[in-house]
Amino acid sequence: MSDIEIIQDKCVGCGACLSSCPYGAITLQDNLAVIDDDKCTLCGACVSSCGFDAILIRKDQVEKADISDFKGVWVFAEQKNGQVQSISYELMGEGRKLADALGVELAAVIMGHKIGDACQDLIWRGADKVYAVDDPALEHFCDEPYARIMADLIKEYKPEIVLGGASTIGRALIPRVAIKARTGLTADCTSLAIDEEKRILLQTRPAFGGNIMATIICPNHRPQMATVRHKVMKEAECDKTRQGQIIKKSFDKATLASRTSVAQVVEEATNMIKLTEADIIVSGGRGMKAPENFTLVENLARAVGGAVGASRAAVDAGWLPYSHQVGQTGKTVAPKLYIACGISGAIQHLVGMQSSDCIIAINKDPEAPIFKVASYGIVGDVFEVLPALTKKLQETCGK
Amino acid sequence: MNIVVCIKQVPDTTDVRIDPATNTLIREGVPSIINPFDMYAIEEALRLREKLGGKVTVISMGPPQVTEALKEAISMGVDDAILLSDRAFAGADTWATSYTLSMGIRKMGGADVILCGKQAIDGDTAQVGPGVAEFLDIPQVTYVKKIEQIDDKKAKVWRMTEEGYEVVDTSLPAMFTVVKEINEPRLPSLKGKMKAKSFQPTIWKAADIAADEKNIGLNGSPTNVVKIFTPPVRSGGIILQGDINEAVATVVEGLKERQII
Ligand SMILES: Cc1cc2nc3c(=O)[nH]c(=O)nc-3n(C[C@H](O)[C@H](O)[C@H](O)COP(=O)(O)OP(=O)(O)OC[C@H]3O[C@@H](n4cnc5c(N)ncnc54)[C@H](O)[C@@H]3O)c2cc1C
Ligand SMILES: Nc1ncnc2c1ncn2[C@@H]1O[C@H](COP(=O)(O)O)[C@@H](O)[C@H]1O
Repeated sequence: MSDIEIIQDKCVGCGACLSSCPYGAITLQDNLAVIDDDKCTLCGACVSSCGFDAILIRKDQVEKADISDFKGVWVFAEQKNGQVQSISYELMGEGRKLADALGVELAAVIMGHKIGDACQDLIWRGADKVYAVDDPALEHFCDEPYARIMADLIKEYKPEIVLGGASTIGRALIPRVAIKARTGLTADCTSLAIDEEKRILLQTRPAFGGNIMATIICPNHRPQMATVRHKVMKEAECDKTRQGQIIKKSFDKATLASRTSVAQVVEEATNMIKLTEADIIVSGGRGMKAPENFTLVENLARAVGGAVGASRAAVDAGWLPYSHQVGQTGKTVAPKLYIACGISGAIQHLVGMQSSDCIIAINKDPEAPIFKVASYGIVGDVFEVLPALTKKLQETCGK
Repeated sequence: MNIVVCIKQVPDTTDVRIDPATNTLIREGVPSIINPFDMYAIEEALRLREKLGGKVTVISMGPPQVTEALKEAISMGVDDAILLSDRAFAGADTWATSYTLSMGIRKMGGADVILCGKQAIDGDTAQVGPGVAEFLDIPQVTYVKKIEQIDDKKAKVWRMTEEGYEVVDTSLPAMFTVVKEINEPRLPSLKGKMKAKSFQPTIWKAADIAADEKNIGLNGSPTNVVKIFTPPVRSGGIILQGDINEAVATVVEGLKERQII
């Protein structure tokens, strides 16, 4: 059995590991760290915290899968109505970089119905090959056939890396594929890199609400799979001179079968930009006081071409639908600019937006915690600041 | 109807503080809670039972202290609780966790509906629900915000998407992972609290669920954490008080400089 050990000769009793343990499993006894097996989950957080290499996790020698003939980088490309989604362009951009670092091909896998143009588009976006599965049964995303097909293709062509979006679809599909392929999957990565010496993928992602970052590898299984957070990687440029190969694949009835079916697709009537797609988000909280005051937030969002978000307090009050909620029980966002209006900055809200590049906070309480993460904090009344800010931005952006 | 809810005990991240001297996290004394999304899964299970009859069982994989979380579920009205606890399970990534939970559920004799939270707030992966569904070879609907219709054999549910939602028909048994919008979790009842006090979960070890040791814990996990680090703490920005027009002008200048607008 694998286990964790404190190497007593090395442990100096500094206690650094105590505060690193998310489970409170480490105590100091006689100036040595002691791990409580009843609490420890072998998560490994303490290992990196120890400056003296005194903590060792021993993993039993496991059978290594034969990984030598896995080659190439794959992107699972999402499409809607034949249009490749922006998250997939981001994956193509990142996938191209990884493929070039490894000196291998980049391929995209796309499924749907009537997706010819999308295949061509993927080549312009950097794919050397596109594996396309076009079938009426695949028109809407369906977990089971999509997962079977993806796993079958992986088995046949053996890519070493497979990337998907950390979107609603990616987060439903890719985990099932990873189980079928008996390989590791790292969720929601914000940075990917190749360790050139070992030819492995270094996958970095936030955990504990962005309070810590973890770098994860998948050393003994292939493909190495990761889902990637929207809006952190750069979209691949469209180069219409690029050449590539489209490989059409078809599958039998059993593979295409599904026990779920989409009866209806409802697009919620908003002409507003989607939260997860937005470069700029303007969010309102309880400080907006009433639903009708959200027009101030919307006006500002319009002036800068942004999306509208909300704190849980505003959503719970029924001022905006849940789909707008940012935070621990809502969406995690990381736009270039986040403007928080009348939001106090409770930790549950902060974990959903604190990795935004630039944060503007508007709050009349100078002690509000939101100011701690703000790049610019304006202490003032939203009902005065928002119209002034909107006007100034309209003048500047010329809208 | 047999309903199983997978719940995870997580450290209450919102209680995590930063040590200003060392810039590291202070996690000592951080209380453990039931993963918030799993509370919605428990509530939905109780509502299904109220509508259709049957039994609600929660299952969790984790160290013995998870018993506390299971007792809390019992106090809300859950019928029974199972704890998969074995040192050999420790260090499991989502692959091994999904395998272990699925073996536990198999041992229970399966279920008509399995509910999970959308994601756990410690790992934030959202992978375990679909993973369990795959191991059990049952259909799944993720991000469920409403169960519109359900009987013994099938269900019609609403699945939240980036644009709105989809109405999805599925046969049962099925896995649903739920979002916050689905309901408002109830508080524990007095009767529930009484029951929870003396309640002890059934504890199963690896051998009890016939788990293959190659598939559990650290050994069964394809992924390894190689490094954990604290992201750079956001340095405080500029706080503007006083004249609003001046403040607004400063901010807009700053945005221009940063080439955001
Ligand atoms: C398990 C759990 C999960 C949660 N998940 C989330 C989540 O996902 N997202 C989330 O946002 N919250 C979440 N919360 C709730 C969170 O703790 C806070 O309650 C919530 O974020 C507060 O919202 P708020 O800032 O809008 O409201 P308040 O905290 O009430 O803040 C309103 C702010 O507006 C300011 N204000 C008032 N009037 C004006 C004015 N005229 N001009 C300028 N400023 C004004 C006030 O000074 C105050 O700072 C969660 C809580 C729990 C327990
Ligand atoms: N150790 C566990 N025991 C029971 N359920 C779990 C466990 N880990 C995850 N889950 C379930 O899977 C969901 C998603 O978790 P995660 O994939 O870790 O984000 C959670 O909301 C739980 O319902």
